[in-house]
Amino acid sequence: MVHVALKSISKVYPNGVRAVHPTSFDIQQGEFIVLVGPSGCGKSTLLRMIAGLEEITEGELSIAGRVVNDIDPAERDIAMVFQNYALYPHMTVYNNMAYGLRNRGMAKADIDAAVSTAATMLNLTEFLTRRPSQLSGGQRQRVAMGRAIVRNPALFLFDEPLSNLDAKLRGQMRIEIKALQRRLGVTSVYVTHDQVEAMTMADRIIVLNGGRIEQIGTPAEVYHQPASTFVASFMGAPPMNLLPAHYNGNGRVHLSETIHIEAPVSADYSGQVKLGVRPENVGIVDSSHPDALRFDLEFVEELGAGRLLHGKLGDSGLIVHIPHTDPIPGGEVYVGLPKSALVMFNHETGMRL
Amino acid sequence: MKRASFNQLGLPVWLLLPQLVIIGVFFYWPAAHAVRSSFYLEDPFGFGSTFVGWDNYAGLLASAQYVKVAVFTLGFTFLVTFFSLSIALVLAVKADKVIRGTRTYRTLLMWVYAVAPPVAGFLGVMVFYQGNGPMTEFLALFGYEFRLGVNYYDTAAAMVAVATWNHIPVNFIFFLSGLQSIPQSVKEAAMIDNRSGTRRFWDITFPLLAPTAFFLLIINITYALFDTFGMIDALVKGEPGNNPMTLVYKVYVDGFRGNDLGGSSAQSVILMVLVLVLTVFQFRVMDRRIHYT
Ligand SMILES: Nc1ncnc2c1ncn2[C@@H]1O[C@H](COP(=O)(O)OP(=O)(O)OP(=O)(O)O)[C@@H](O)[C@H]1O
Ligand SMILES: [Mg+2]
Repeated sequence: MVHVALKSISKVYPNGVRAVHPTSFDIQQGEFIVLVGPSGCGKSTLLRMIAGLEEITEGELSIAGRVVNDIDPAERDIAMVFQNYALYPHMTVYNNMAYGLRNRGMAKADIDAAVSTAATMLNLTEFLTRRPSQLSGGQRQRVAMGRAIVRNPALFLFDEPLSNLDAKLRGQMRIEIKALQRRLGVTSVYVTHDQVEAMTMADRIIVLNGGRIEQIGTPAEVYHQPASTFVASFMGAPPMNLLPAHYNGNGRVHLSETIHIEAPVSADYSGQVKLGVRPENVGIVDSSHPDALRFDLEFVEELGAGRLLHGKLGDSGLIVHIPHTDPIPGGEVYVGLPKSALVMFNHETGMRL
Repeated sequence: MKRASFNQLGLPVWLLLPQLVIIGVFFYWPAAHAVRSSFYLEDPFGFGSTFVGWDNYAGLLASAQYVKVAVFTLGFTFLVTFFSLSIALVLAVKADKVIRGTRTYRTLLMWVYAVAPPVAGFLGVMVFYQGNGPMTEFLALFGYEFRLGVNYYDTAAAMVAVATWNHIPVNFIFFLSGLQSIPQSVKEAAMIDNRSGTRRFWDITFPLLAPTAFFLLIINITYALFDTFGMIDALVKGEPGNNPMTLVYKVYVDGFRGNDLGGSSAQSVILMVLVLVLTVFQFRVMDRRIHYT
């Protein structure tokens, strides 16, 4: 069931900056959508338009079948978690959570019950009488979460809620938020520029670039079948290898005059292309292998769980990821590019062929 | 924090000395002198003085005129503080909504604050002048004859108006920076929690402005009590007799016009105690209550 529908939503700020180009997508009931993209690509703007904090320049936004373009944020039945938590500094933790409920005319006893349930869920019970300034960053983050969940809204909106936490806490909260969302089944839109968060939390990822959608897809689709070279190099650390090549429609891709391999797709196109392959999909092979390509190993990066081999394939740089159990190859190194793991992009447009 | 340390006492004492001398000569010495002379009845022509104990104080409290001035001062302070704070707050809230680069706006408003109280007083005299002051003529349109310096209440109203006008800018500046220091995201979180803008103001914005407001309250009370001397002098010059005046102005009138040095000293001592109480109150509250971060 479609829960949130964006129809050609665009945003032009009063100063003339076009932050979001006409954008359309649907969010299903209970879905966890992650908006990801580089800084300034319009993620927050899009989220804030859904929240009603930013006016929609053009287009139509509907939540649960109701067009909400001109509806107050307070009436959209949403809850938002901000990057800096935006807690009310002069209120106790209890009041921070209760404020929205009181304004909706909920009875005192119900508020008590809702707050204490949320507090238990988030391990905040002992802090209910404290002010935000007397809490740690992680606890404040939980209060911000609590303030969102007590409201039992139809839609959760998150704007980089974990980016002020240290790496360990971020990993932990990521799992908790995801679990909480699963449990409550509330449709969520989550903005981040952290691709690990995007990959691990999302049901579907929306990759934005320069105010436009580059790709919408499941984490696996976005990772393995990137729609463009932008997505290919944005997602993944290290990013997908993009090797310049030539394709002339006869089923083979030429990485150089002498190196050529079978093309992953048969596109009705000929000209310059980029051949994409994830570092972990490149295999170290024997020189006798039919598709073995000569790899000039330059240096090795140790990651613990694996190793990154940096080097050259012909004239282009290539990164190969091997498990830590594999030996570091010595002497002449050969690699194989498995056809199933290759993607090919139009060199000019950057779009996948 | 960087801390400098001195090995001997010599240098710091030398560095502090000018400051200490200035405070001593211009504050403590006259203050001590005032306390002393408040217990004496001073001969108006300077031929000696007689110790009279608490008589000067008793005389003041028994004087209907002193009580009247005290009551006026109270009312004046209350009205000036109330109007200058509330008008400035309204202006600041409006300004906060529309302006981002507040520089020019602030500078423009600050000019009013730069007008010294006596000059403000003269401007007031001009505006409310009996002959052809614009305000007098404006009120005349409604059939009201405004008589500055003649009618007690008219003069009082002019004093309140001029003092309020003179003090709105500084309040405005502080309120505006207070408002602008409230994180945008907190206001937005409130927008999601509460649909009523008015309620949001009283629930979120105002409490977060409370430290600023309290600081300004003290500043305004102090201003209305003590810094309005020049303005009042300009407005009532010539005939302080039947006109309203504040306690500070009365110290001057009694001491220099009436040559009652003992009574006037007693009045200053009372004012000093008032300042002391105000200061202690301010520090108590500041320490105890209003800060969130
Ligand atoms: N209030 C505003 N007025 C004018 N331009 C704005 C405003 N807010 C954002 N922009 C511009 O709109 C574009 C998108 O901004 P937005 O905040 O949505 O980016 P973002 O993707 O959230 O970036 P980040 O990851 O850094 O938070 C940027 O170019 C930004 O400069
Ligand atoms: Mg952002």
